[in-house]
Amino acid sequence: MFTSILVNAIRMGTIFLFGCIGEIFTEKAGHLNLGIPGIMCIGATGGAFAISIFGTNVNSALLVFLSILFSMLFSGAAGMLYSFLTVSLQANQNVTGLTLTTFGVGFMKFFSKRIYDQKLFVSLSPAFQNLFGLKDSTNPLVQIFLSHGILVYIAIIIAIISSLFLNKSRSGLYLRSIGESPATADAVGINVSLYKYVYITLGSAIAGLGGLYYIMDRSSGTQIAEAAIDSFGWMAVALVIASMWKPLLAAVGSIIFGGLSILDAMLKTMSLSEQKIFAIFPYLLTVIVLVLSSVVKSKNTQPPAHLGLPYFREDR
Amino acid sequence: MENNIALELRNITKRFGTKVVANKNVSLTLYKNEILSLLGENGSGKTTLMNMISGIYFPDEGEILIDGKPAVIASPKDAYNYKIGMIHQHFKLVDTFTAAENIILGNNEPYNLKVVNSRVKDIASKYGFDIDPKKKIHEMSVSEKQTVEIIKVLYRGADILILDEPTAVLTPQEIDKLFTILRRMRDDGKAIIIITHKLNEVLAISDRVSVLRKGEYIGTVNTSETSEKALTEMMVGKKVDLKIERAIVEKKKPLLEIRDLTVNSDVGNVAIKNVNFYIRGGEILGVAGISGCGQKELCEAIAGLRPISSGAIMHEGESIVGMPTREIIKRGISMSFIPEDRLGMGLAPSFSTTDNMMLKTYGDGRTPFVDRKSARERAKQLIKKLGIVTPSTETPVRRLSGGNVQKILVGREIESSPNVIITAYPVRGLDINSSYQIYDILNEQKQKGVGILFVGEDLDVMLALCDKIMVICHGEVMGVVHTDKTTKEEIGLMMTGSLDKSEIKEFGKAKDSHLTDEQWNDADKGMGDNNAN
Repeated sequence: MFTSILVNAIRMGTIFLFGCIGEIFTEKAGHLNLGIPGIMCIGATGGAFAISIFGTNVNSALLVFLSILFSMLFSGAAGMLYSFLTVSLQANQNVTGLTLTTFGVGFMKFFSKRIYDQKLFVSLSPAFQNLFGLKDSTNPLVQIFLSHGILVYIAIIIAIISSLFLNKSRSGLYLRSIGESPATADAVGINVSLYKYVYITLGSAIAGLGGLYYIMDRSSGTQIAEAAIDSFGWMAVALVIASMWKPLLAAVGSIIFGGLSILDAMLKTMSLSEQKIFAIFPYLLTVIVLVLSSVVKSKNTQPPAHLGLPYFREDR
Repeated sequence: MENNIALELRNITKRFGTKVVANKNVSLTLYKNEILSLLGENGSGKTTLMNMISGIYFPDEGEILIDGKPAVIASPKDAYNYKIGMIHQHFKLVDTFTAAENIILGNNEPYNLKVVNSRVKDIASKYGFDIDPKKKIHEMSVSEKQTVEIIKVLYRGADILILDEPTAVLTPQEIDKLFTILRRMRDDGKAIIIITHKLNEVLAISDRVSVLRKGEYIGTVNTSETSEKALTEMMVGKKVDLKIERAIVEKKKPLLEIRDLTVNSDVGNVAIKNVNFYIRGGEILGVAGISGCGQKELCEAIAGLRPISSGAIMHEGESIVGMPTREIIKRGISMSFIPEDRLGMGLAPSFSTTDNMMLKTYGDGRTPFVDRKSARERAKQLIKKLGIVTPSTETPVRRLSGGNVQKILVGREIESSPNVIITAYPVRGLDINSSYQIYDILNEQKQKGVGILFVGEDLDVMLALCDKIMVICHGEVMGVVHTDKTTKEEIGLMMTGSLDKSEIKEFGKAKDSHLTDEQWNDADKGMGDNNAN
């Protein structure tokens, strides 16, 4: 029972982890991208395009690669659009992000009707699952660590690399300085706009994989539900706060969020309304983390100081 | 001499929009091995000019020559390539980073903090800095932050250093230390431009002085051949009287009486401890002390912005403890506090002068609509009276220079005709002319019978302006001295806590108090009780 909960929590959490790491990059650049749910939908659509185009023509490894590529290209393009609006044109970040979410959900709904073929998607979904072929092992350790699909491992690797990048690399230092104080970064000659474009776009591309993972691995190609991805996207944004902008904590947090969000489905004996009350737990946890980190008042648990504010060099 | 020119500006002009000309045909020469002071009133375009050298702004006309060759400085990065480093007035540091991380920011060198730390220590020992490269910026004092800024530009090999008002936030001892370091850098071959308002500092540190007035270049003189008076005339364009007249006003009953006041700071420790004092009408009481010694907490407690732990605050015999701020303002107590960053308190930066004028009077209207017309009139009067430089009454105040913003703040407070004025650092960062205008305003109010609490920094000014000076050290009163009967040295000793006059004599209890001793005892017990009399 415990093993199965943990395995499911890890798999569920992967959706949040992609979105969360993407949003961490964006927020470290000082931008609050509330378009993450939409971007995840766009990423899912991109992957779906690749599957419907190449599905029957290429082998499964190449198909996985192409759908990841397409997914990242689509969601990266959405991130680029967001960057153009908020970095170059200095549009309000909240409004732009929310609009992007609305757009992304609609984008997926529009195209999925035209490209989604349930039989094809279901038949191709095993390529995304069961990377090591050990899915049916009875050993609990193998179940927990080696039974997942490729995107689960990619998510965890991205989380580890992101943590090293942000804390140990020069570019990571520059990126963090932009989120904290763009005027400082500018004064020492860092190309603030370029950094913002690159990392907002990269962050969006990573977030988009969450959408692909959901349709092809988590739901085995049986459905292409933009409404579900939309709500998972908001969980990912909440996870950024709960993990205090730290990718490794986000990896752990994603499993907790994943566990909490499958809890309702596990409690089949309860009525539907009672089950639904468990759906608020991840948000409750976010609130608790927010309260605790506000009480502690350590600079290490706070959001980037310049988050959400536009930067214009000649402004006084 | 020809080869020794480090930097030359020729006919530089910079406009903001179509109306504001920040710099007009400015030419300037900076030699190696020299410290050049750049002097000018607020809004005379000093910072704008320096921002063009450091790549923040780009000049509309004119050229910049470095080592005799024309240079195009389009970004801060270009400035660094030309070995120009600017230390901004508002520090450009990332709070959550360590000193070393801030120093290598944008440097494109391998991210190896060990190497950085040892190089930083080398630079520090060469010029005599005191720095811990592993300390985080938000744990540092203002002077430490400044050290990081200076080392940051030296680390990048800057030969031309520009310091924008570096002394504005430092204590006298820290200023001395900074000047020693600057002289050492000059002797090492660096060319240094320093912007400051304080004429005594200009005379102490610089080799030559260049003066700007209203964006135009007035001239350059050798420091050894000039005087405070001559420089002031160049700056202002007319003769000014540098003496502060202390008006003699008949003694009145105490307006504000404070007994046994104890106030906590934001982090919860005691900021003000058992303080007694009173202010009479027609009197300026100075508060001297090293910055951060409880001045802010004291002002906020009186204005009702900060709860007190114990004690009594009486206004004309009536306790104002626990009253809402609005009620305290209504009774005629006005506070203007100029924080270190100067924009932080009292004004809404994106509001216009008119709107800021209304912030305190919005409740007076009779209709639900705001009365912008009369506020605009008052704004116009204020602009005229204090000589505020602004394109219009409707320009957001954040677009104005620091001095003009301050004049609006102090002006608005006085405009509401209070009977007690609490003002902290009202001339912080202001040029001479504006400072004297503020002193004049305060004197004028004093003659009208207003009681003034003046929290200040410059002891010379306080000795000339105030009637009495209360000296505090770590939240405790070291004594109250009459400015006629004391010296700067004595106050200096009291500020550092070496001389404690309160041990010899009890201070701060008026003989002609509004209340009897018995009533005071009751008031102390019934803290927060509004019906004390």
